Amino acid sequence: MTGPSDAFAVRTDHVSRHYQMGDALVRAVDDVSISVRPGEFVALLGSSGSGKSTLLNLLAGLDRPTSGAIYAHEKNLAAMNSEELALHRSHTIGMVFQAFNLLPRMTLEENVELPLRLAEVDREERPARVREAVERVKLVARLNHRPTELSGGEQQRASLARALVNRPTILLADEPTGNLDSATGDAIMNLLQEINKSLHMTIVMVTHDRNRAERFAHRIITMGDGKLIDDGLKSAVSRA
Amino acid sequence: MKLRDLTELATRNLREAMLRNSLTTLGIAVGVASLVAMLSLGVGLQEMASTRLSKTGLFDAIIVMSQANQRAFGGPRRATNPAGPSRRLDEEARQQLTRLKNVVEVYPEVRFPTEIQLDGKPYATTVAGIPYSARADGAFDGMKGSFFSSTDADEAILQIELAKDLSKTPDSLIGKEITLRYAERQALPANGMAGGSAGMPNPFAAPGRAKPAAAAGADAGEPAPGISIIPRELKLRVIGIVETEPAAGFGGIGRGRLLIPLQIAQKLRIAQPTDLRDMLRGDSDKPSYESLTVRVTSPKVVQSVEDEIKAMGFGTFSILDATKNLQLFFTVFDGLLGIFGSLALTVASLGIINTLVMAILERRREIGILKALGAADRDVRRLFFVEAGAMGLVGGIFGVVLGWMIGRAVTFGTNAYLARQQLPPIDLSSVPWWMVGAAIAFSFVVSLAAGIYPAARAARLNPVEALRYE
Repeated sequence: MTGPSDAFAVRTDHVSRHYQMGDALVRAVDDVSISVRPGEFVALLGSSGSGKSTLLNLLAGLDRPTSGAIYAHEKNLAAMNSEELALHRSHTIGMVFQAFNLLPRMTLEENVELPLRLAEVDREERPARVREAVERVKLVARLNHRPTELSGGEQQRASLARALVNRPTILLADEPTGNLDSATGDAIMNLLQEINKSLHMTIVMVTHDRNRAERFAHRIITMGDGKLIDDGLKSAVSRA
Repeated sequence: MKLRDLTELATRNLREAMLRNSLTTLGIAVGVASLVAMLSLGVGLQEMASTRLSKTGLFDAIIVMSQANQRAFGGPRRATNPAGPSRRLDEEARQQLTRLKNVVEVYPEVRFPTEIQLDGKPYATTVAGIPYSARADGAFDGMKGSFFSSTDADEAILQIELAKDLSKTPDSLIGKEITLRYAERQALPANGMAGGSAGMPNPFAAPGRAKPAAAAGADAGEPAPGISIIPRELKLRVIGIVETEPAAGFGGIGRGRLLIPLQIAQKLRIAQPTDLRDMLRGDSDKPSYESLTVRVTSPKVVQSVEDEIKAMGFGTFSILDATKNLQLFFTVFDGLLGIFGSLALTVASLGIINTLVMAILERRREIGILKALGAADRDVRRLFFVEAGAMGLVGGIFGVVLGWMIGRAVTFGTNAYLARQQLPPIDLSSVPWWMVGAAIAFSFVVSLAAGIYPAARAARLNPVEALRYE
């Protein structure tokens, strides 16, 4: 087992996530070791049930591995208690979901402010931070709108602003274009790419769309049946 | 998450499911209201009983009797001091009792059966002397007319039953003059036995408090060999009508129906049952009292003053033990009312648990999102706690108001009934500030307790499963 290294934003070491479903043992993630460098844009590619979303949840600290280790900036998530994992999700990770997951009763502004509340950021500082995040996704005009009053693309941009507001170092996106049409999906991908470049933010994106993965990601990690099929390092070198 | 943010989020959540949360809060309010209404009636009854009883003067009063009298009248032997000397209850003893610490006043019990005349018609009744300090007694609160204008005014207050006997329209008696006929005790002069009553004026020739010269001389002179009883009259003006006599029957010989100032009653030198015994003892020149009422500064000092009086050689009686029993009764009574009231609050707290458990199911995905955004288990737990506490607080406040209104409504209904029965109004319910605070705090704490399980369940929720929930 290798130790943590500054060279990686996030890294897994023989990580497994098994769970019992009736009599059957499901190996959602099985002995997977991957590493992502700071500022890298990685696509986790695989078919449905390949374990890519489970791996993403493990990286986010939303789930705990059955075995193995997960490192984010030298800290082993597997050894953290629930409070420390909450801090990890609050300060290190920004998450974007396929279903946007905005709170419907809150306005865009309130949704974006929510992570700041959870991170106990000073109230005086919050408006500027919200504005900064919303400006980045170009949704300032929609600040007082509720999610139901926004289009799918706008909702995903709002979700992206919410993920960025705490200034995380790692952005985890679970099928961010899954609920969007092709053009809107491309717009979101362009936005992710722009964020990756301008903020030098590490992005790990789960997708089943190989075409998009190849167009926007630096590297593609392929999974199948919970196992790592290809970590994309060779192809990334060859592409380089 | 900071408390202010938690409160804002909780308020927003409560507002979202307005109808359900309002109904839950109403359930708590009804629970608290029933508790407050029950307790307010209990406390109100207790206060009413305490106030009325303390106003009767029973609780700060000690009845003092000479031990000889007490035994003769079958008084409780345990209250006496068998080992101590038996003392005469005369003026000297009265002065001695007045000088005791914490004693406010000492006055004799003057109560005698006699006859009064109104418009020439005779009526038998019982007269009682009322100390001027009784002005503050509850019995005079709802009286018609007024209390005695001074300590020695020739005025009378009628007890309502006597007033009804005297006239079909009792109120019309106020302002009228009645004649009190009584038997005055006079010590015989030393030569009185030989001289008979030849030198005495006709008492009926000079109505009022005119004293026969011979009697005056006898009082100031040597020991008298006996007493004479002389019929007299006194004109009194009716100034008021009262429902009951204060301290009726407490150590007395019957209910007084015609009340006159104590000072007047004493000046009348009414022949008392003790006069015959005093005469036989050769003490007729120094009349003793049947009993004396010692009024002390507060019910708390009754026991110590009573002990001092016993040590002086007198028999005593106070209602201290009865007070203790009354307090015990109301403590049990309040406890039972509180239990019945709490049952409603228990049902209400089940409503809170139900509402919050339902909220967890509905807000499962939201809890998952909050956790994904960095909420710790502690934050989620506290959020549900704040929501439960807020419902408890608001429910508690509304409940207290509702309970107070129920208490007022019961009092209003009772007073309407009493008014029809021509009885004075009463304040049946009482919501003191301690009850307001305690009820709201109780509601808050019960709601928090009801929120423990739902909050713990919400905090334990697996965020991955919660995010998958549709």
